Amino acid sequence: MRFPRWLLSDRTGLVLLAVLMIIGIGVPALNLLVPPDHPLHLTAYTVTLLGKYLCYALLAVSIDLVWGYMGILSLGHAAFFTLGGYCFGMYMMRQIGTRGVYGDPVLPDFMVFLNWKDLPWYWHSFDMFWFAALMVMVVPGLLAFIFGWFAFRSRVSGVYLSIITQALTYALMLAFFRNEMGFGGNNGLTDFKDILGYSIHADETRIVLFVLSALALAGGYLACRWLVSTRMGRVLVAIRDSEDRTRFLGYRVEQVKTLVFTFSAMLAGVAGALYVPQVGIINPGEFAPLNSIEAVIWVAVGGRGTLVGAVVGAVLVNYSKSWLTAALPEVWLFALGGLFVAVTLLLPYGLIGLLRRRRETAS
Amino acid sequence: MSELIFEPEAAGMHTPVAPVDATHGILLYLEGVTVSFDGFKAIDNLSLYIGDGELRCIIGPNGAGKTTMMDIITGKTKPDAGRVFFGQTIDLLKLDEPAIARIGIGRKFQKPTVIEPLTVLENLELAMSGAKRLRGLMTTRMSGEERDRISAVLDQVGLNEQAQRLAGVLAHGQKQWLEIGMLLMQEPRLLLVDEPVAGMTPAEMERTAELLKSLAGNHSVVVVEHDMGFVRSIADQVTVLHQGRVLAEGRLDELQVDPLVIEVYLGGEDAHH
Ligand SMILES: Nc1ncnc2c1ncn2[C@@H]1O[C@H](COP(=O)(O)OP(=O)(O)O)[C@@H](O)[C@H]1O
Ligand SMILES: [Mg+2]
Repeated sequence: MRFPRWLLSDRTGLVLLAVLMIIGIGVPALNLLVPPDHPLHLTAYTVTLLGKYLCYALLAVSIDLVWGYMGILSLGHAAFFTLGGYCFGMYMMRQIGTRGVYGDPVLPDFMVFLNWKDLPWYWHSFDMFWFAALMVMVVPGLLAFIFGWFAFRSRVSGVYLSIITQALTYALMLAFFRNEMGFGGNNGLTDFKDILGYSIHADETRIVLFVLSALALAGGYLACRWLVSTRMGRVLVAIRDSEDRTRFLGYRVEQVKTLVFTFSAMLAGVAGALYVPQVGIINPGEFAPLNSIEAVIWVAVGGRGTLVGAVVGAVLVNYSKSWLTAALPEVWLFALGGLFVAVTLLLPYGLIGLLRRRRETAS
Repeated sequence: MSELIFEPEAAGMHTPVAPVDATHGILLYLEGVTVSFDGFKAIDNLSLYIGDGELRCIIGPNGAGKTTMMDIITGKTKPDAGRVFFGQTIDLLKLDEPAIARIGIGRKFQKPTVIEPLTVLENLELAMSGAKRLRGLMTTRMSGEERDRISAVLDQVGLNEQAQRLAGVLAHGQKQWLEIGMLLMQEPRLLLVDEPVAGMTPAEMERTAELLKSLAGNHSVVVVEHDMGFVRSIADQVTVLHQGRVLAEGRLDELQVDPLVIEVYLGGEDAHH
């Protein structure tokens, strides 16, 4: 097999793909093949935790594409992630069927509880896996398209755009908190049982979800890397550095922005859809503005405009978070804020930038 | 998303398909153009005609409206009144910036604007592809013909040696040439060049003069410039702009003895040079 040049010249990317391949094979092996009492055995809990990190990493990659390359600081990307999660959650809710507390064959428990008689129209078809899998991308993509169409066409950019994206995710949070919306109100969607007939509590299902997350991250990374290696990638950088110049070269900047923003939202949606079955719940809290800001910090920590940095940042920050929220829960937000300030001041190109500088001074 | 995605053939949303018609010898018409910012008339009933293949210099004190005039021609600012035509048939006021770029008007900004994280070659490639639709942009390859076009422009602007360097590390003068090169990649009929030699060394200025003179004939070139020596070295036809109007038009040596021009511009300019 011959690798194309755009991939071969991307050394850190090849390292990332190799690592993903190793853990994609190694983690399942350590869970399934190593006996539970052996020190090298990985519990299903750990596998799922790692799977979550991979979903976060894919979200970070999607943010880096629009922020690092095109200069759009979206502080609302968790909204696309969460919408993807809700879409897949709806599928899993419909799979529960008569096994719910109220045993209604069609209506999810929370609807029975609200005394609803019929399934709302937008819940139809979500009992079909393929439909839900499609909606996971279509719904966030459509929202991003409509949002981008209006925001970019009226040439909203910079801080104003960031604020609107915050408002977008906040508005969605408020809406999803309401019971009348039909998404389970503040409890969200939970008590999932199975996917395509496989129990989501079975180790094997968790392994499959983990491997799928690794594949999605690898695929998302490759798609973004390819995109930024094409001429379109150069256009994105040009838009970031000088929107006017790009326009006077004949590019329809708002169309390019809308297009790439939509693609990015679809990636975030996929990440959310893989995340929800692994954590077993999705609720409106995931729309919280802070979640989107956190995700941007992962990218900044890893190194903006590198794609690999987004992955590194997402995994490292979330690993620290798991560790710190267990050890010193009240410190976490301060640590996150401090980290962001430190990175902005000391490492403008993030951890990947630090690595690159090391290598350049070494050679 | 109009043509970028769906439209099969056309090059731009409102881009006229017919080529520019300059049969009367005039490529650009500005007639009675007025634009005000918060009541202040930056351009005041301005009329100006640029001939096909002509090299025209526009001079005038700071704030005379030179950059604003370029903003109007390139679609960045819409005037309150007046007509702006490209050739006989194309009404520029109906087009937006990308469409105007695609029909053959290239613009160099007052502040040199090249894409610094990209190489010289990539900057030229970027400029070459401005008229392309989505499929043409989704490629990592360059055709032989495209390579030839880029290397021809590299020769023309004298940046052959620099092709693989990042635009950000170029000297000031080289950035200006690169930006002119980017305009040439667009194959424009009209080039608008805003203060090309500001901050250049005398040697760089001389090369820039040669470059701009070599472009006239095949292209119409409008140069806004402050430096009198430079203006003298490139153009014989000069327009003096003052408070958004044409104050005088003619040969530089005539203008330099025109009392009106001396009063508002040349005198003052010499005084602080
Ligand atoms: N977008 C704008 N808003 C308000 N005033 C402007 C704007 N653009 C230009 N002006 C004003 O219009 C006048 C002409 O500016 P400009 O065209 O840049 O002059 P020049 O390029 O000849 O130095 C100046 O007084 C400037 O302050
Ligand atoms: Mg100016």
